[in-house]
Amino acid sequence: MIGAGMTLFRRRLQETPPELCYEAARMALDSAGLELSDIGAVVSGSAPDAFDGVHMKGEYYLDGCGGVGRPYMRVFTGGGTGVFSTIAGWWHVASGLFDAVLVVNEEKMSCCQPHPQSVFANIWDPILDRPLQPNLVWIFAMEMNRYMTVHGIKKEDIALVAVKNKRNAVGHPCAQLADPNITVDDVMRSEVMAWPVQRLDISPPSDGASAIVLASEEFIRRRRIKDRAWVSGVGWCIDSTMWTDRDLVFPEYVARAAKMAYKMARIDRPRKQIDFAEPYDPFDYKELHHLEGLLLADRGEAPTLTREGVTARDGDLPTCPSGGLLGVGNPIAATMGQKIGELFWQLTGQAGTRQIPHEVRTGVAQAWGDLMQYGSVVVMRA
Amino acid sequence: MTARIKRWPGVELGAADLYEGKVTQTRFRPDAKYAWSAGEAMSRFLEELQRGRFIARTCTGCDRILFPPRMFCEACFRPTDEWRYIQDTGTIETFSISYLDRDAKRITDPILVGVVSLDGASPKMGLMHYFAEMTKEEIRIGMRVKAVWRPPEERRGSVLDVRYFRPLREGEG
Repeated sequence: MIGAGMTLFRRRLQETPPELCYEAARMALDSAGLELSDIGAVVSGSAPDAFDGVHMKGEYYLDGCGGVGRPYMRVFTGGGTGVFSTIAGWWHVASGLFDAVLVVNEEKMSCCQPHPQSVFANIWDPILDRPLQPNLVWIFAMEMNRYMTVHGIKKEDIALVAVKNKRNAVGHPCAQLADPNITVDDVMRSEVMAWPVQRLDISPPSDGASAIVLASEEFIRRRRIKDRAWVSGVGWCIDSTMWTDRDLVFPEYVARAAKMAYKMARIDRPRKQIDFAEPYDPFDYKELHHLEGLLLADRGEAPTLTREGVTARDGDLPTCPSGGLLGVGNPIAATMGQKIGELFWQLTGQAGTRQIPHEVRTGVAQAWGDLMQYGSVVVMRA
Repeated sequence: MTARIKRWPGVELGAADLYEGKVTQTRFRPDAKYAWSAGEAMSRFLEELQRGRFIARTCTGCDRILFPPRMFCEACFRPTDEWRYIQDTGTIETFSISYLDRDAKRITDPILVGVVSLDGASPKMGLMHYFAEMTKEEIRIGMRVKAVWRPPEERRGSVLDVRYFRPLREGEG
């Protein structure tokens, strides 16, 4: 990986989807010192078309991705797209087909009125679920409750994650929800949306785009590109859409995706060999759930790591040093900027005030999506 | 980046910019309508709901009783074998107390909703539904519950033929 860029993440942005894609893509190319003519293929990622309100969304924003006249494809694996499009970009290079590939992720959720929640309603099974008029927050509330209750985890310990990430985001120039003064008390006293989920447990809808550049070793050597991080493992896995038939207490599909990525990266003791993590954190409990899925904490033990400061920026396992989705924002697929982008910026020492104070050489990023069933994992090394 | 990049693109808009027409914009309201045929497994499932019963499918490949029923087993990847009635009692696997309706609008009277695993099906197999005749203080994971059916003349062949699940009473199930 040789470049990254992202736009501001905000509840509403003026730019159109192609304009957002262009801004992020141009920034990623500039950071790699490349021109579009150096790019052999383009991959894009975005969540359901219904947010932007244009079907064939991949084609709608194509021109802004730099895909015109090139091999181009859009991938979509729900929220998992935030990391999965990088995996798809990696195939293009690792297969030997292309020297340099641009990956562009975009989401513009503000177009959908009055709230993107009305579109989320269309992801449910039309026979089993929709007659109950579900709200998407319900399933996260149900998963969070199962996780808390089975392991006896206190809500306050989960709220610590929101506090950590919103504070971490203070150093992120694109952040929508950074808050240097937020406390556990603020989270606990925020509006109850669908218990146990409260307003500050959740990341908001956002607009934004992000982009990265991937290239072959030979290309990097030939161009003498100095700022680079190496994709050393990729993994992805999905569980059944029959979500009422699964125990939500543990994300087995994330564990399988992680094992696939770790095997490729020759990691057999992830807790020793991984220096920092960017797990997907659209809700505070999800960071904990995913640290366990990534085999970086025992089941039910991730809250202890948070409480003891292990996952703080200066801890042994800095987690979401970007500020995550909770602090930077959640334009679904565009969260590649906090996940994959942050690995790159941390591993190349470009993270500014967010830079982890000790040396880090191996990081893992993970995204999650669909009906609580999809995990995508990338391991990167300095 | 962060260290080197000076300009972060994006122009933020407030809600008023859109709703009071302060920015140039265009609007569209789609009018898409759908009808889903329920298919083989779900048609029988819905017909049985209308009769006040839950039905599952068995798979002799993995020895599971699959609910909601399906005509193929996703694990064994073969056709399922037989129809099997299961009970209308079960256990709350998880739940939420929701102050949001489907459009994320706030409601004052919360909805109790969750997943019930049904007795007679394989472990953890169930469906999402509402809970009532219990308070938000009383509801808990592991609670034993029973379906409350609509009167036969009001049933339509829908998951809403069950009004909700209530606490199992002593001597029941």
